[in-house]
Amino acid sequence: MSPILIAILVLLSLAVVFGLILGYAAVQFKVEGNPIVDQIDELLPQTQCGQCGHPGCRPYAEAIANGEAINKCPPGGQSTIDALADLLDVEAVPLDAEHGEESVKTVAYIREDECIGCTKCIQACPVDAILGAAKQMHTVIVSECTGCDLCVEPCPVDCIDMLPIETTLNNWKWTPPIPGVQLIATDSGRRLDKVLSEEETAS
Amino acid sequence: MSKIFAFHGGIHPPENKKQSTRSPIRPAPVPAQLTIPIQQHIGAPAKPCVKTGDYVQKGQLIAKAQGRISVSIHASSSGTVTDISPKAVPHPSGLNAPCISIQTDGKDEWIDHQGLDDYRSVPKQTLIEYIRDHGIAGMGGAGFPTDVKLHLGDDHIVNTLIINAAECEPYITADDMLIRERAEQIVGGIEIINYLLKPTHILIGIEDNKAHAIRVLEDALRHTELNIDIIVVPTKYPSGGEKQLIRLLTGVEVPSGHIPADVGIVCQNIGTAAAINQAVNYGTPLISRIVTVTGGAVSKPQNLEVLIGTPINTLLETARINHDQLSRLVMGGPMMGYTIENDSIPIIKTSNCIIAATAEEMPPAPPAQACIRCGLCEQACPAELLPQQLYWFAKSKEFEKAKHHNLFDCIECGACSYVCPSNIPLVQYYRFAKNEIRAEEAEQRKADQARLRFEARQARLEQDKVDKETRRKERAAQAAAAQAIKKTTLETAQTNPEDQIKQLKTAAAVTRTKLKKALSALEKAKAESSDDIAQLDLQYKQAEHAAEEAQTALEAAEKGALVSAATSNAPDIKQLKTQAAVARTKLKKAQQALKMAEEKGHDGVETLRATVAELETKAANAQQAFADAEASNSSSGAASQSSAMLQEAADKALQTLQKAEAALATAIENNSPAADKMQAGVEKLKSKYTEALSALQDNAKTQQPSIQQATGQQAIERKPIDLKALKQNVSIMRTKLKKAEKLLEATDENSAEASELQQEITRLTQLHQEAKAQLDAEEAIRIKAAAAQGIDLKQLKIDAALARAAATKLQRSIKKEQESEQNNLDALQAELITAQQQADKLTHTLSQFE
Repeated sequence: MSPILIAILVLLSLAVVFGLILGYAAVQFKVEGNPIVDQIDELLPQTQCGQCGHPGCRPYAEAIANGEAINKCPPGGQSTIDALADLLDVEAVPLDAEHGEESVKTVAYIREDECIGCTKCIQACPVDAILGAAKQMHTVIVSECTGCDLCVEPCPVDCIDMLPIETTLNNWKWTPPIPGVQLIATDSGRRLDKVLSEEETAS
Repeated sequence: MSKIFAFHGGIHPPENKKQSTRSPIRPAPVPAQLTIPIQQHIGAPAKPCVKTGDYVQKGQLIAKAQGRISVSIHASSSGTVTDISPKAVPHPSGLNAPCISIQTDGKDEWIDHQGLDDYRSVPKQTLIEYIRDHGIAGMGGAGFPTDVKLHLGDDHIVNTLIINAAECEPYITADDMLIRERAEQIVGGIEIINYLLKPTHILIGIEDNKAHAIRVLEDALRHTELNIDIIVVPTKYPSGGEKQLIRLLTGVEVPSGHIPADVGIVCQNIGTAAAINQAVNYGTPLISRIVTVTGGAVSKPQNLEVLIGTPINTLLETARINHDQLSRLVMGGPMMGYTIENDSIPIIKTSNCIIAATAEEMPPAPPAQACIRCGLCEQACPAELLPQQLYWFAKSKEFEKAKHHNLFDCIECGACSYVCPSNIPLVQYYRFAKNEIRAEEAEQRKADQARLRFEARQARLEQDKVDKETRRKERAAQAAAAQAIKKTTLETAQTNPEDQIKQLKTAAAVTRTKLKKALSALEKAKAESSDDIAQLDLQYKQAEHAAEEAQTALEAAEKGALVSAATSNAPDIKQLKTQAAVARTKLKKAQQALKMAEEKGHDGVETLRATVAELETKAANAQQAFADAEASNSSSGAASQSSAMLQEAADKALQTLQKAEAALATAIENNSPAADKMQAGVEKLKSKYTEALSALQDNAKTQQPSIQQATGQQAIERKPIDLKALKQNVSIMRTKLKKAEKLLEATDENSAEASELQQEITRLTQLHQEAKAQLDAEEAIRIKAAAAQGIDLKQLKIDAALARAAATKLQRSIKKEQESEQNNLDALQAELITAQQQADKLTHTLSQFE
């Protein structure tokens, strides 16, 4: 047998073996769905507010996986955009103002003596955070409220307020220290540039 | 004496402890107002169990522990609860938190309290509960509920108990003074903890700058049976840190993210041991603690035994504060404490020191400069972290990386900031970063929860939709099954002759309507000389044929029914009568047709004649049958029949009369020229009506005796005086009366007409009353009669009305169905017939009584 034939046979048999292994692996370790969607969904704030134009966070995650812009989530704000940019390895862009602006975290509050018990807000709440029954007063389970605002619109008597979350001892945060004054001139390049440019204009 | 190990890093700041150890512990004065926060410890806040206005005694429980990690709160002195509301509390944020305010009465009256006689005789669980109920929390600084730590023996092997008496932070001498003056309390406390945890050995860690305290403690330990080692450690900050002290005393390093109990060690503060002793042996809850009040701005720095809730300014006054010199007020030590702005905040269980510092003592921090990467912070860090690295990460907000560099092992001791030559507030950065990470984690948890809830809701809505669909399908299937059953029953019912007749009747009616429609269509087409006349003609003929067939089928069926009815000896007079009438009309029609045919000289005259003859015989037969049936029936039947007829005539006359009268009235109102004519017409009608009425009355009179004889039982029910007539009489009287009254109102009071009218009215009133009385009497008699038969006349009336209404409703729906030409017409018609029968039956029964 010629060495060429042997080489061809060996390579062929190798190809068959690896093909079988790959084929088996493709069946055995098949991944259901797109795993990137889960990772994106993980990063979204899950307010389910629909401000991005999608009916919930997961649909937006799917849209992002299909190439939609990552700056459409006002509740997540810049930090979410940064995290998404990091995950997807794309440029972090500022929040698209068209979909709303980043604001303080709020929580819905029902002025209970004005509530007529129409259950409209209950139907609107995406996370079942409103408790009540027909013709009975409703109330918001504060710990479950995501502050998505979706209950405000359907209320026929406008008795729902979005109140900023109150700072208590438990959620109070230290403020970041004020960055110190740069006393060493050479340490701040910008200032040096400024000085140089000033000198140039003077000359 | 056991070996002393060493921990990494540490610093040696100026101690400043001597100032406050010169005088003994003195009790602080009872303030006028106590402000007791409901959360002074780590864990869930206690739940207030007093109301505003309640009188409380010293040591009384005012807020109960709730949850696993929580401790109770007690009143520090006797007085009245004035308020439970958010107040400023000792916290770096300076925020408000719920507090119970007590207006003290100065009596300082104790509630009844008593320690346990022998704590060794009670179960451990009870003893731990007892400690929890007495509000004992760690007094070193963090305020961790002590009872939780005492449970550690249950699921951990605790071989070493460490009593922390290091008190490494400058200025603070509270523990030092406690040991010097109350060593026996500490030993008692250690015995209790020993009983609960059963450690193999007990170590007391104390810094070598407390020589006096070490001596006293050694003396005290001679009286105990326990083997307690006092280990004197070199003075170095922060040797009092839990993990650092463990390292110092045992050489064991507590792994990152674990608690000391995981390596078999439990730490307790020396103040906590004393508090446990007081609680268990004397029943005194934790309502006071020793606080060092020191600093350059107080002229008498000292240790005070302070009631929990005492405002800081009271202590400062006791220590003779010099307000001019005061530049900063610090709660806690100079390394780990925090500046407070408000001197009315209260002392809590974890407050060990108040420093009233002068400007020279604690100058404002110089501006931070750039990090020069000198590495001093790393050398000082007792937790062996990389402070510089953490600083960069915190500054650039790369929290994830900071976390990976064990940011959470940082004890925030401040050693790195202390040594930093660039004066960078490193600890502030770490605190900020820790906060941010914790907040992010909390947010993540919340987001996960929201996602779960959202997905659960989506699933539920989906399920609802599916359920609805299946329910709808089930309903449809049931309806179909019901329909099928109905059909089969209808089919079987057709074997029943009566039902068959009904069916046939409806069929006949349907074909008749179809015939009519076809005829009208044909006529229309003829009028418009349309093209498809031929087709329509054909249709009409078909319809006619169908109608005839239906009719014949019906007749046949009815005949059969009649025969059966005759055999059952119950000839239906009504039916017979209608049959006779039908036969007559048919005869007439046939005769007319015959006439017309004869006139026009048609071919089919012969056949028509034959038909007429046949019909004549038929009519005669029907008439005969009817007459026979009537004859066989009581004579009263006929009598009542005739009287009913008369009655009908009279009613009709009355109605026309009323209509005419109304028309006349409008005509007169409108000054119509036809009014005169109408007047005459009305007169005529009136006379007709009276005639009819008189005829009716005559008839009634003549029949009265005969009826009574013929049907003795039914005599009462068929009273000659007609109830309807009476009712009408009454209503006529009433309307007349009203009219007259109106007229009277309209006319002038003083005129002659008015008086005339007045007379007329009185006459009418009398008449009305008479008529009404008559009617009432009659009605009463009837109701009685009905009651005698066990029938409620009123109920009967209502039933009859209902049945009639149902019949009309069905008729209407049939009309609608006919218009839309739907399939269930037959069923509806069948229903209508049953309803009509029901109505007829009821009306018939009713008419017996009316």
